[in-house]
Amino acid sequence: MKVKTIKVDMLARVEGEGALTIKMKGDEVQDVEFRIFEPPRFFEAFLRGRSYAEAPDITARICGICPVAYQMSAVHAIEDALGVMVEGPLRALRRLLYCGEWIESHVLHIYMLHAPDFLGKDDVIQMAKEHPKEVEQALRLKKAGNEIVSLLGGREIHPVNVRVGGFYKVPRKKDLAPLAEKLKWARDAARATVSWTAKLPFPEFEQDYEFVALRHPGEYPMNEGRLVSSKGLDIAVKDYESYFFEEHVQRSNALHSVLRNRGAYFVGPLARFNLNHDKLSQVAQEAAREAKFKPGCRNPFKSIIARAVETLYACDEALRIIEAYEPPEKPAVDIAVKAGTGTATTEAPRGILYHRYRLDDSGTIQEAKIVPPTSQNQKTIESDLREFVAKNIRLPQTELAWQCEQAIRNYDPCISCATHFLRLSIERV
Amino acid sequence: MNPRHRKPKLAVFKFASCDGCQLSLLDCEDELLAVAGAVEIANFAEATSAVAKGPYDLTLVEGSITTPHDAERIHHIRRASKTLVTIGACATSGGIQALRNFKNVKEFTSLVYATPEYIETLGKSTPIADHVRVDFELRGCPIQKHQLIEVLSALLFGRQPNTSAESVCLECKRRGSVCVMVAHGTPCLGPVTHAGCGAICPAYDRGCYGCFGPQETPNTESLSAWWSKLGVGEADLLRAYRSFNANADAFRKESESHES
Repeated sequence: MKVKTIKVDMLARVEGEGALTIKMKGDEVQDVEFRIFEPPRFFEAFLRGRSYAEAPDITARICGICPVAYQMSAVHAIEDALGVMVEGPLRALRRLLYCGEWIESHVLHIYMLHAPDFLGKDDVIQMAKEHPKEVEQALRLKKAGNEIVSLLGGREIHPVNVRVGGFYKVPRKKDLAPLAEKLKWARDAARATVSWTAKLPFPEFEQDYEFVALRHPGEYPMNEGRLVSSKGLDIAVKDYESYFFEEHVQRSNALHSVLRNRGAYFVGPLARFNLNHDKLSQVAQEAAREAKFKPGCRNPFKSIIARAVETLYACDEALRIIEAYEPPEKPAVDIAVKAGTGTATTEAPRGILYHRYRLDDSGTIQEAKIVPPTSQNQKTIESDLREFVAKNIRLPQTELAWQCEQAIRNYDPCISCATHFLRLSIERV
Repeated sequence: MNPRHRKPKLAVFKFASCDGCQLSLLDCEDELLAVAGAVEIANFAEATSAVAKGPYDLTLVEGSITTPHDAERIHHIRRASKTLVTIGACATSGGIQALRNFKNVKEFTSLVYATPEYIETLGKSTPIADHVRVDFELRGCPIQKHQLIEVLSALLFGRQPNTSAESVCLECKRRGSVCVMVAHGTPCLGPVTHAGCGAICPAYDRGCYGCFGPQETPNTESLSAWWSKLGVGEADLLRAYRSFNANADAFRKESESHES
């Protein structure tokens, strides 16, 4: 049979670097390889011997797009090991910080990384020529998220104010007031984003996924909850490693995570929306309803709508927190160091992020384990590509390559996190 | 079109890093469209699918060299670039991943990966300037976005960027923060750390942790003596210098002097 190869040298608009090779025999997909050639950085190894207090600053450096997520999973896991509970206004401020990162990261992905795919543009700059209003709105909305992170954290990327037990310094009520004004505008812009994303052209594509997310009895999940799935999983976070494990695949510097005896699963905004729709604020539920976006959605391309709904929710939730805020007496709760092991899962913008630390009696880290969301989605990304290519094999090659990239971006893969990029080639044998 | 009137070509390349420094450009929400209007973005994989061939007028490099492939790739990028600027602690010092330089990398690989033989990596994480000529270095973990805009506009107009090489202390004074070390006895790396962040940490009631790396002529030995007086032990001093700029000369040497 004829041999054909489609090659796109690097997957653009993902954070990090990866490559995709699809081997075809006639019209049949033989193999799909989603490779990561992001160089390994060995975070879990060099965390050994560091103080528990350094973990939030060090793990933030795993990802410049979602440093807050790493800081949140790190502090919660270490607090679990030390038997510390952070409650009240400090807990609320952590949630507010996370709202800022969700807004910044989601808006970056919706408008700057993913929407150009749907509109047939190379990038947001090109998009700005035909959609100037949307792009200006996107930049301002993204800025609103970044301003929350800057105010609470000191700066947008690698914030400095998060510590085990709380913060170094907490804001006064009046410090938060200017944010509230900007967030009211942002909430309207996010609502417009939900209806804008819902009108994008979506490929017909569905698979029978197992969605996995946190679930909390009282709120849309961010920092706490049980791990639940659309196929009946319901476990405590501390049991994560009894149900999920990582495989090391030769072609990749990342580890692929699978559910024991069940295989691939799906984490991120669509999983959270499907499993926690009832916990969204009224405004966010209404916007989803108006956009005819319902829980149970199995089209991964529609993750962009879930991201928009969550952006709206994060603006709304941030406003609620700011309104209710009364400063705590102290910026952090007291820590008594002791030996122990602690785990935490929090909802990073891209999905569940698991951390485990074992500390000795001086608070020195003896062992660290980190499972980022992208490595958890990687197997599902490969399975999507296998199905997607099989269904669309008659498309012209350049168009198929374009759509494969778009299918990968459904998961907002943050590849620098998952290694502990994408060269696309389709080989037709 | 007369080539003298064409827009300068900007390229962004990434090596081992967290993507945060190149994200700083996308975080310039107020300036992004103006920057994009002033240059031709010829290569910026995080932001665009469009790729134009070199030579590039201005190249930004993020990340450190950690693999044999990357040690080759940086030479190709240098040859295609008129001006090459490194951005961030990884590119200018080797980054947090340079912590491997003090250990056996094989041991690290087997700690993280089940099948270490699949991993291709160098024993050391090194800055770009160890491999090719670099025209300007912008410090920080992450870089400060307004400094990035200053460097871009300066170099595009053919002048030297106005980024101070003084210590964080001077920025702290200008910000009007109380000295956390003098007033609260909090150990702070500000006196030996390169300015640029705007002295954020002391403004948030914590000591500077050195993420912009050493200033030009740091007196680390003297600062360590002050830290010891505050009761900081040798192991903690070693770790303080050995973080996001562990491989920067001044910090590396100081950390080694606290090895037991």
